[in-house]
Amino acid sequence: MVNVAALRCKECSREYPIGAFNVCDFCFGPLEVVYDMDAIADIASRERIMSGPNSLWRYADFLPAEYNPLVDINAGFTPLIRSHGLAKQLGLEELWIKNDSVNPSYSFKDRVVAVASAKALELGFETLACASTGNLACAVAAHAARAGMAAYVFIPSDLEAGKVLGAAIYNPTMIAVNGSYDDVNRLCSELADQYQWAFVNINVRPFYADGSKTLGYEVAEQLGWRAPAHAIAPSASGAMFTKIYQGLKEFEQTGIIGPVETRMHCAQARGCSPIATAYEEGRFVIRPVKPATIAKSLGIGNPADGYYALKTIEASGGSAVIAEEHEVAEGIKLLAQTEGIFTEGAGGVAIAGLKRLVERGEIQPDEPTVVYITGNGLKTTEIVSDVVNPILIEGTVSAFEQHVGVKA
Amino acid sequence: MTTTMQRVRFTFLDHMIKQPVIYRMGHDFDVVTNIRRADVQEGVGWVILEVEGELEEIERSLEWVRSLGVRVDHALGDLIEP
Repeated sequence: MVNVAALRCKECSREYPIGAFNVCDFCFGPLEVVYDMDAIADIASRERIMSGPNSLWRYADFLPAEYNPLVDINAGFTPLIRSHGLAKQLGLEELWIKNDSVNPSYSFKDRVVAVASAKALELGFETLACASTGNLACAVAAHAARAGMAAYVFIPSDLEAGKVLGAAIYNPTMIAVNGSYDDVNRLCSELADQYQWAFVNINVRPFYADGSKTLGYEVAEQLGWRAPAHAIAPSASGAMFTKIYQGLKEFEQTGIIGPVETRMHCAQARGCSPIATAYEEGRFVIRPVKPATIAKSLGIGNPADGYYALKTIEASGGSAVIAEEHEVAEGIKLLAQTEGIFTEGAGGVAIAGLKRLVERGEIQPDEPTVVYITGNGLKTTEIVSDVVNPILIEGTVSAFEQHVGVKA
Repeated sequence: MTTTMQRVRFTFLDHMIKQPVIYRMGHDFDVVTNIRRADVQEGVGWVILEVEGELEEIERSLEWVRSLGVRVDHALGDLIEP
């Protein structure tokens, strides 16, 4: 590809040819894709983007894989909605909601898997794999089904079977592994070394991660070719958070938009907040934790990109915010009841985080602000099951009027 | 038995920073350690290293490291994603 130069270690800057590698042989640092930004700037334009498909592939010039219809399930280009009810309640004049819960498998993971699976096909892989307890498994299984690729999904054996129905429906080979999370981690690491499979978040992770850059491009385009003053995103591994900012900065660098002064705010839940805790303590060392949060889709205790998320916060003048566990369900309900969008735990964390940032005075009322909603509420209905309280009445008008308290 | 290699990250808190954990690991267990990257700050530090040996011996050595209160994780973060 004309726009992809190499893979490079984020720590020691050693370069590697494009291939299925994710770790530097020398320092064990993570690899990332290096782009020829001058070449991209020469060809990219707003018009070229707007003439592209209504999916993340409209930004193909900025991505490390070629568009491949075989694997395309139309991920991305999700709605950016101007908030009225929530904005009013929070006292904000220009709040936008990036509703990524309406992706094909109902989370932002379709973006990263779309790019990873297209790259996997380019590299000659016939099998997609991942270890996941939720959204990632759904996205991998769905893309593999579309592409006619084999899919292997590894889950911890103590995971409730119902949690993976959204992945199982696509008929991947699903393997429930006995043992701790560490055991599953180790097994997948060994399999990724030994099998000719594209483990989306292991050996093709550099390409996978860059799918999240499209969350930055899309928001800039949908805001009328400008970057917001604030972006609030929930974080698990920290990869999506860093890539949103990279996407905005790449648009700036290639002249697609003007100067980017977006302050990036990372939201985590109290029960799994290694990035936000490091931020609050003023250090760049992540102390891994054992996840214990109701927001399961943010349950990464040892975040691969935690350090880089902290650097993104620093570079952008942003912050990190912790939502208390009880605020997660409140955030879900607030978004549903003010905007008609039903999100999962991560979205509840983002909304609770947004609320706290406004209370802290970090977001001024007139500053354009975007909050990222990354997953669908129908996946985690148990978090808010207390909302179901129908009024039971007999089938008469008088019973209705008596119990509901309204009159014709 | 065949030898294998694991990339791990040790996170040290407070007093453990002063302990020669990696030296003792290589001394008391039949494993070879090779530090690739580290960052030690006040009150917390981490080391990313390669541990080579027979799988059982690696596991035994890492269990011993955990027993000292050092957190042991996969070097590249959690591979299981939600």
